[in-house]
Amino acid sequence: MTIDGQRCKGCDLCVVACPTDVLLLQPKEVNDRGYHYAFAANPEACIGCAACATVCPDACIEVYRVVDRGE
Amino acid sequence: MTREEIIRPENKVYARPELLTDNVTHYCPGCSHGVVHKIIAELLAEMNVADKTIGIAPVGCAVFAYNYIDVDWIEAAHGRAPAVATAASRLNPDSLVFTYQGDGDLSAIGTAETIHACNRGENIAIIFINNAIYGMTGGQMAPTTLLGMKTATTPYGRTAELNGYPLAITNLLAQLDGTCYVTRQAVHTAAAVRKTKAAIKKAFQNSMAKKGTSVIEIVSTCNSGWKMTPAQSNDWMAEHMFEKYPLGDLKNE
Repeated sequence: MTIDGQRCKGCDLCVVACPTDVLLLQPKEVNDRGYHYAFAANPEACIGCAACATVCPDACIEVYRVVDRGE
Repeated sequence: MTREEIIRPENKVYARPELLTDNVTHYCPGCSHGVVHKIIAELLAEMNVADKTIGIAPVGCAVFAYNYIDVDWIEAAHGRAPAVATAASRLNPDSLVFTYQGDGDLSAIGTAETIHACNRGENIAIIFINNAIYGMTGGQMAPTTLLGMKTATTPYGRTAELNGYPLAITNLLAQLDGTCYVTRQAVHTAAAVRKTKAAIKKAFQNSMAKKGTSVIEIVSTCNSGWKMTPAQSNDWMAEHMFEKYPLGDLKNE
């Protein structure tokens, strides 16, 4: 997934929505608007379900998913 | 597989809707308005009706909706969105006309316009954001405020003796012959967002098929007005709001 950190307002809803605890808010860093923006703290755990992007009020998350067909 | 190999256009499963403009919304962090705007932008693109859509913006926090969704908009006087939508849909019968209103707009100052537009069965879709508070003006009591709920004008909680009872206006609208589809949804979880999207899609289809008025109430949060974090307010809404405003279809013809 990718997160537009400048557009993010740090509302924490994606962090709550993620079933695999991929996302966190930046503990110290802020974006230009002064918000602790979300980032993928644990990207390996992402299953591409797009729950974070679905609940994001500012539409700043895009999700990419690759199907592993074992080739 | 590296991150660069995954982030490719062909693997994209969720993107920012193209109809949303690049403007950063003025809504507070975690506001339900953003999610509903996103759903509308997605649907109008999916249904391929963006060029014949007319949105009617309310007075309230969503007053700047025209800045965020790239379709034609009319900004109505406070509460008069259904009246303006009536004119827009009668003069442009091929257009998809929808109003986007909050609880102060639809169920307080605009009660008469709302009820009569629904009773006439105008071919419009009404999207009603019910967050039980006047968000824009600083968190005063709305007709939809729950009993016991603290607001700027009911600092000790709303009481039935002094302030009357909360108004479930969607239940009233379901009684009217002019409405064809009345439903109550929410956007607090990914599953609820998908259900709301299906409901709004049905409302837009009804409106295009001239079946009558469709009303979608979306039980929402106002974390600034409720003085909670966005995640806390979602939990509070699920715990308290759904008791008075239970989710589900009230009328589906």
